[in-house]
Amino acid sequence: MPDIFGIPPQALFGQLLLGLINGSFYAMLSLGLAIIFGLLNIINFTHGAQYMMGAFTAWMLLNWLGISYWWSMLIVPVVVGTFGVLIERTMLRHLYKLDHLYGLLLTFGIALIVQGMYRDQFGSSGLPYRIPDALRGGTDLGFMYMPNYRGWVVAVSLVVCLTTWFVIEKTKLGAYLRAATENPPMVQAFGINVPRMVTLTYGFGVGLAAFSGVLAAPIYQVSPQMGADLIIVVFAVVVIGGMGSIMGSIVTGFGLGIIEGLTKVFYPEASATVIFVIMAIVLLLKPAGLFGRVR
Amino acid sequence: MKKLKNMLLGAAALTALALPAAAQTNVKIGILTDMSSLYTDLAGAGSVLAARMAVEDFGAAAKGIKVDFVSADHQNKADVGSNVGRQWFDVDKVDVIVDVPNSGVALAINEIAKDKNKVFLVSGAASSGLTGAACSPNTVHWTYDTWALANGTGSAIVKTGGDSWFFLTADYAFGHQLEADTAAVVNKLGGKVLGAVRHPLNANDFSSFLLQAQSSRAKIVGLANAGGDTVNSIKQAAEFGIVRRGQNLAGLLVFLTDVHALGLETAQGLIMTEAFYWDQNDASRAFAKRFSAANKGIHPTMVHAGVYASVLHYLKAVEAGKSATDGKAVVERMKAMPTDDPLFGKGVVRKDGRKIHDMYLFEVKKPSESKAPWDYYKLRATIPAAEAFRPIADGKCPIAG
Repeated sequence: MPDIFGIPPQALFGQLLLGLINGSFYAMLSLGLAIIFGLLNIINFTHGAQYMMGAFTAWMLLNWLGISYWWSMLIVPVVVGTFGVLIERTMLRHLYKLDHLYGLLLTFGIALIVQGMYRDQFGSSGLPYRIPDALRGGTDLGFMYMPNYRGWVVAVSLVVCLTTWFVIEKTKLGAYLRAATENPPMVQAFGINVPRMVTLTYGFGVGLAAFSGVLAAPIYQVSPQMGADLIIVVFAVVVIGGMGSIMGSIVTGFGLGIIEGLTKVFYPEASATVIFVIMAIVLLLKPAGLFGRVR
Repeated sequence: MKKLKNMLLGAAALTALALPAAAQTNVKIGILTDMSSLYTDLAGAGSVLAARMAVEDFGAAAKGIKVDFVSADHQNKADVGSNVGRQWFDVDKVDVIVDVPNSGVALAINEIAKDKNKVFLVSGAASSGLTGAACSPNTVHWTYDTWALANGTGSAIVKTGGDSWFFLTADYAFGHQLEADTAAVVNKLGGKVLGAVRHPLNANDFSSFLLQAQSSRAKIVGLANAGGDTVNSIKQAAEFGIVRRGQNLAGLLVFLTDVHALGLETAQGLIMTEAFYWDQNDASRAFAKRFSAANKGIHPTMVHAGVYASVLHYLKAVEAGKSATDGKAVVERMKAMPTDDPLFGKGVVRKDGRKIHDMYLFEVKKPSESKAPWDYYKLRATIPAAEAFRPIADGKCPIAG
């Protein structure tokens, strides 16, 4: 096959696939952020820390209690989600009527405290988490060696993202949620407990972050810093996709993963900045984001 | 009469109190390190602890030297580090800055210490430039450098058949220097460098870079990075079957804490060059026992050992000169006195500021060979002090001539 821009096609396909894998983390994390922002109007800066807590909780379950990866996928989102619910009940709910900035500062502060506590307890080098036996090894795709676990991550995150989208956009529960976003007093007048719905939504968003953390644990080191490194990129993804847009965050997440992957081939030095360059351009041309609408 | 006697006694007592105070030398040690990011475990709070242990073991108080400590996080940013350094020297009257893991920050502090005529004891930073073109009469580079790592690991690997290389390089001063030094060794021994890819510091995902390394078909993938970056590259290389498909990894800078983070299952068989390992002799084991008891069980890395030994030698020089104010004079005394400490044994500080001691080539044990927690390395070879570091003439250090 001829080279494409001087890059052998095998390498190019490989990088596209890798971009898709990274994109699935971006998509799942930005999805959680988008849901929380859509309903609560809170810019949840604790998201990265909650992702990290997810990975650590999985590690603790495995090493202290001997609970396997598969059970962790169920237990961890519930545990960390409950932590989220506590935060919402005790702190966040006092801020809904104030400017976005207050929620951002509060959640940012919580993130710093949580990360500091984990760093103090576990150090910064990170801890190893074994890939579950059923997903070890890999498949030779011809153009690259595809670790089975990475394939699993893409599949799971696609399922999770699309299910979430379906529930919010196409079901009755989702209709309540969207209505409560538009006009909370009206929905409350119909006998729906809006504050409880808000709390559970936050818990669900946090649970999504924790779930991504479990998925990430076997790939990256489980370290206190893992969320902080990722969250800035994820925020850029949300801004590009349009704050609060569900489909926007999914599509942008996967898309930007791919663009980042390609940058790593053509100009690796820029791979850490390319997403922010795109963000700047999108903000200039379409301030509400690609899929967002002006509110 | 009795009154007079009392007065005399009082005066005598006062003089007795005042005398040592007049002879007392004040030293303020600033430990500038990574307290929050990827190098925290290999340096960080452990470096502060090591410096305190050195002061304690030296018996500074009994020798009339009063030592104060400050420490700060440089956040791996040269501008943050420079600001702290300037403030310490100008406002806080710090006499010596220690450690500084991150060559970018270390090169900045190197200049500031020279301008202000203070002392800089490098343990954590690796760039061989610190005793090469950027060398300074105020700096001592203690533990290791990129040339020593390249020479130790690079030549061991080329000699056993690993003659084509591809580098995964951290994109800042340290990575570039380590890549350049290793490439020089590889070329000198008749090997070939097929290419390199530069990744941002603190990158999370290395799979793209590893894939590029794979398609280069080089026999050896040289990891010119450190700390969390190395750990993640090794881990993901295992995932993508780099080793299983016939390529080998060379961790050019791997610390004990990295091996601990990886676990022996993933790290086994890795070869690396280090200046110190805790399980070498009775003195190093005793040090490790005290150190780990005060450091949440984390055993000392060579960076911690270097902080300890360099502070110890520095205090000896201050004691001999009875002053810490003239940084250049203290460093000259450090170079004039032979070094002797429990962790590195006997050695010297060369004219260009390079501390000379043996280096060691270690191999990470298999899980079955490890008998106790932190029992990770076996010795492959000792690189004698005379061969371990760059010959002084090759460094082009202006003050060494």
